[in-house]
Amino acid sequence: MAFSASPVVELRSVSKKFAERVAVDGLDLEIPPGICFGLLGPNGAGKTTTLRMIYGTTRATTGAIRVFGLDISRNPRAVKSRLGVTLQQNVLIEALSPRQNLLVFGRYHLLREPELSGRAEELLDFLDLRSHADVSTRELSGGFQRRLAIALSLMNRPDLLILDEPTTGLDPAVRLALWSRIRELRSGGKTVLITTHYMDEAQRLCDRVAIMAAGKVMREGAPADLIAALAPETVELDCSVDEEATLLDGVKPSVPRLRVGQRLMLYLVDSTRVIEHIRRDHGERRPIVVRPTNLEDVFLWLTVPRSGGNA
Amino acid sequence: MSISPSYAVAVWRRNASMYRRTWKWNILPNFFEPVFYLFSIGLGVGAYISTMGGLSYIAFIAPGLVCVAAMNGASFEVTYNIYVRLTFEKTYDAMLTTPIEPDDVLCGEILWAMTRACVYGGCFFIVLSLFGLTPLPSSLWALLVIPVTGLLFATIGMVFSLKIPNIDLFSFYFTLFLTPLFLFSDVFFPLKERLSPGWLWVAEALPLLHPVRLARASFNGEFSVMLLWDVAYVLGLAFLLFLWARRSVRRRLTN
Repeated sequence: MAFSASPVVELRSVSKKFAERVAVDGLDLEIPPGICFGLLGPNGAGKTTTLRMIYGTTRATTGAIRVFGLDISRNPRAVKSRLGVTLQQNVLIEALSPRQNLLVFGRYHLLREPELSGRAEELLDFLDLRSHADVSTRELSGGFQRRLAIALSLMNRPDLLILDEPTTGLDPAVRLALWSRIRELRSGGKTVLITTHYMDEAQRLCDRVAIMAAGKVMREGAPADLIAALAPETVELDCSVDEEATLLDGVKPSVPRLRVGQRLMLYLVDSTRVIEHIRRDHGERRPIVVRPTNLEDVFLWLTVPRSGGNA
Repeated sequence: MSISPSYAVAVWRRNASMYRRTWKWNILPNFFEPVFYLFSIGLGVGAYISTMGGLSYIAFIAPGLVCVAAMNGASFEVTYNIYVRLTFEKTYDAMLTTPIEPDDVLCGEILWAMTRACVYGGCFFIVLSLFGLTPLPSSLWALLVIPVTGLLFATIGMVFSLKIPNIDLFSFYFTLFLTPLFLFSDVFFPLKERLSPGWLWVAEALPLLHPVRLARASFNGEFSVMLLWDVAYVLGLAFLLFLWARRSVRRRLTN
């Protein structure tokens, strides 16, 4: 792939070993500026380790990492002054108000008055925290706390915003509001790197995603392209392994199929013939769901271990 | 990575902004505690002692108690508080996503522990002066001993906090380390009158002994070259422990 502008983040054959465990295994990744990039993968796939290496808290065992064109291990302060990071766990000073939290965090970037207060006020508005600006943070709901955590990471007006599972545990309205803020930031020219377990979120928000498993990137591209590459339609039904053999007898073995427990998914270009086959030959009234393939299917297809076949 | 004073100050200011909200309540016990000591041990026990080290008993224990206050002030800060920020609140993980580096975290926290030592020790000193127990001007030198005591116990506590696997071990630190120091560091009786010469050498290892000697010399206005050994001990040990803490903090916060 070729990008006109030089990448904001560039990882070249990066590996990280913790004692005997390989957390990240020969990772190549390039994030061009101005996009929202999703790093997806099951728990333990190496996403957080990858993020930590990008902001310099974890050192790569081998390989090269450049952020804004700089080697992070040699220029940590220069790189981090242009980064905003929201960690998975909210790190807030509970005894202080959101406004005071913003001021304390702004000082970590050596911001001074009047700029310091100016930015804090700006972010109180941007993330809709104004109504609770002076309450103790301990009393805020989960949604408010998460928004505050994101506001903190924006105090230095970062060029690259890293969000580690920003919407986990939030209600749908708060998630929607956060998505629109993230989109705004991206339109404002910022690069956003996000991890999430919500594939609908990734599909709606990200221009590109990389799906990781066991420390490696399994597939990378625009969500629509990844979906198209698997199959446009998905057929879902419940059946046991034995039933599957009879029901799908005659369906080409090359058709990608995935089993998660009793649920069987078939990824097809055109589902009509398979459905007809099941209905006609077995005359069953078993519920069958036909729907457009989505990013979650791609994710499962790439990350759930399968006994036979491969994409 | 070099240490940056401005980032260390940013770490210090985080703690200061929390303390600013509650200082009025936090500072009160710092005034009561010395009063209790002076009444109970100084006047109560002191009533049975004619003189010690050529002074009234209350005047004898006064300088040592200033150091004890400074030791406690720093120790509370670098034990439980540090451990909670390190392990539960993940404060430093967030700091390290900004230009702050592990060295700045360490320096900022030590600076803050020294500040708390100054608050504790300073309050104690003020109460002592109200009792007329701080001979002027010589006792003012003891005001320099307070931050230095803070520095020493900040580095000791920091290394301990970075090394222990769980929070329960702090009770050992307080009961098996700080309490004996408090009781056997020249604060309540002169060690050299109770120990054989061989044991006196061993006692030189006690970290609190040296600040206490410096504070007592200030109060008594008796300065000698021997005090340089105490200064060297305190600063030297603090420096070595600082280097150790620096290595440990990097290992704990980055991998």
